[in-house]
Amino acid sequence: MSAEVQVRTNEPPRLRVASRLGELWRSREVLVNLSRKELKVRYKSSVLGVLWSMLNPVLYLAIFSLVFVVFLRGGIPKYPIYLLSGLLPWTLFSTGFQGATTSVTGNAQLVPKIAFPREVLPMAAIGAQTVNFFFQFAVLAAFMLILFGLSFVGPSLLLLPAALAVLLVFVLALGFATSSLNVRYRDTGHLVDLLLLAWFWSTPIVYPAGEVAERMGDTGFFLYLLNPLANVVLAFQRALYGAALPGALAPGVHPPADLSWYWMRLGVVAAASLALLYLAWRLFFRMSGDFAEEL
Amino acid sequence: MAEPAISVRGVSKRFRLYHERPTSLKERFLRFRRTRAEDFWALRDVTHDIEEGRTLGLLGPNGSGKTTLLKIIGGILRPTEGEVVTRGRIAALLELGAGFHPELTGRENVYLNASILGLSRRETDRYFDDIVGFAELEDFIDNQVKYYSSGMFVRLGFAVAVHVDPQILLVDEVLAVGDEAFQRKCIARVRQFQREGRTIVFVTHAPQLVHQVCDQALMLERGRVKVAGDVAEVIKRFRLTMLQRHAAFARENVTGDITIEDVDLLDHTGKPVSVVSPGEPLSVQVEVAGHRALDDPHVSIAVFNANEEFIYGTSTRRLGVELGRFQGRRRVTFELKQLPITEGQYLVTVGVHDADKTVVHDWHDMRYAFDVVRYLEEGLFIPTEVRVDPL
Repeated sequence: MSAEVQVRTNEPPRLRVASRLGELWRSREVLVNLSRKELKVRYKSSVLGVLWSMLNPVLYLAIFSLVFVVFLRGGIPKYPIYLLSGLLPWTLFSTGFQGATTSVTGNAQLVPKIAFPREVLPMAAIGAQTVNFFFQFAVLAAFMLILFGLSFVGPSLLLLPAALAVLLVFVLALGFATSSLNVRYRDTGHLVDLLLLAWFWSTPIVYPAGEVAERMGDTGFFLYLLNPLANVVLAFQRALYGAALPGALAPGVHPPADLSWYWMRLGVVAAASLALLYLAWRLFFRMSGDFAEEL
Repeated sequence: MAEPAISVRGVSKRFRLYHERPTSLKERFLRFRRTRAEDFWALRDVTHDIEEGRTLGLLGPNGSGKTTLLKIIGGILRPTEGEVVTRGRIAALLELGAGFHPELTGRENVYLNASILGLSRRETDRYFDDIVGFAELEDFIDNQVKYYSSGMFVRLGFAVAVHVDPQILLVDEVLAVGDEAFQRKCIARVRQFQREGRTIVFVTHAPQLVHQVCDQALMLERGRVKVAGDVAEVIKRFRLTMLQRHAAFARENVTGDITIEDVDLLDHTGKPVSVVSPGEPLSVQVEVAGHRALDDPHVSIAVFNANEEFIYGTSTRRLGVELGRFQGRRRVTFELKQLPITEGQYLVTVGVHDADKTVVHDWHDMRYAFDVVRYLEEGLFIPTEVRVDPL
């Protein structure tokens, strides 16, 4: 038996990324099990089960289609596909963010009793939502295959996994920060709910970003794109909707730019998110030593 | 040269007790610089080494810092001062079934809990039948845990925890759960851990358990190490401290209008006894003296086992005997006609108080002891007669 030596002092723990990653890797089964628990608990004793995770986007789809296609006569062809290709990553972002924020406080019976890497709590909350995302995404993919055949399969599809990875890094960074702050200040959760409402409308999900680019001018659009999520959602839309309907790119739905522009934007957001993740993780790690005491 | 498995060096732990702790940003701003915090030192300069393979019993009155020390060793709390060095995988049993989710089945909870405690899926697969067998829950393992009784819940929690295969096991009071058969099983398991050379730290109120299981002991009082080392020595000091505390409590809170002058434990012939057999009678004879006239006082007695768990109690009020307006001396004798209890040491408390026990005149807490000698293996003694009739 090799003894793992642990030293604990009053120093707030300092994050050493490599060794901590190793510890988290050893705790990967906890992560999987906690994510599974989140999903199981949510859909236990419900008749529709995992179908509930579909109902939220379906409802959005119905309402926004009604408003934008019927009432406002918006000019986006195949609007449901446009909406869903942005709405699904948004749903992953918002539910993951909210779930992560309350993940530590929501496990108040566990944290003061058992020592395990606290990071797995927000990670599991986001993990559970990622599973939901894949279910929803499978439905969208099936739709698109029926509507467009394989015509949207091409190099732009590579944006998809990249955008998903960036989204996960970004939401995890936010989740680390808010979940640890929420232990001390419980209104962090309410703040997040409010923030998400504003965030939703600042992101091109129900309306086209191309229009924003046209009306706000270069500087305006530059500012608009400071919202990291706008870039991520644009990449999703470009990969799915844009690839399926290349003709729709021109009339103001998407910003007039070629594929490399999306890659570039995504790269910038990825770099910023990683930096943010490091800072948020450090904050989380520092505060996690006192979680047991404060819960 | 072997390093100790657990080394606690000069550890102190301060808790901030906020009178009105701001838990929201609004309050934080409104009360900025006005939060009043009081420091409470749960541990003060605790130093102790535990060699690999030893079992340490951690004794102390309530609030003496035992659980805090255990949590610091287990890495759940950070020390305010000093340091703790541990060598080897730790499992902390602070609360059985702490990670159980009521909506999940027993099976799902076993896997979840085991992984949180550090067991891999493959290991859990391997131990699964053992775990379920140990918890005696074969028929219920696929039921949701919310339908479990509290006994089933803790049995499953313990069963998972002891299969975690730790090198260092931290146990907090959890052996006091379950029925006696299960407790015996738990202790057997702890002994197996000892044979396997694991290091165990054991928190308990029950000196008896320390005596049974531990090879060294440490007593905390108000966060400081009061005495450490030899089990018998520590237990003696612990009992003494507890007695002093009870006595201090009694001194501070009794009126003294009626005092207990003498208490004797007598056998059926009226001779003082300290050892009885199960099924024999025992009389508790209490002499009381009233120093001023009082209406309707009552005398009560209570019997505790060696773990200081309440076994039986009764009073003149319950038995329908009135002392009336009372002054001067009386002798009150409770005749326990048969003791349905088995082997062990028992402690007797005697008190004098008013009808609803709001006013206590005098109180002798666990001051009198008697032993019951070994009879049979049963948990209690039931007086039984046998008769054979011709048909």
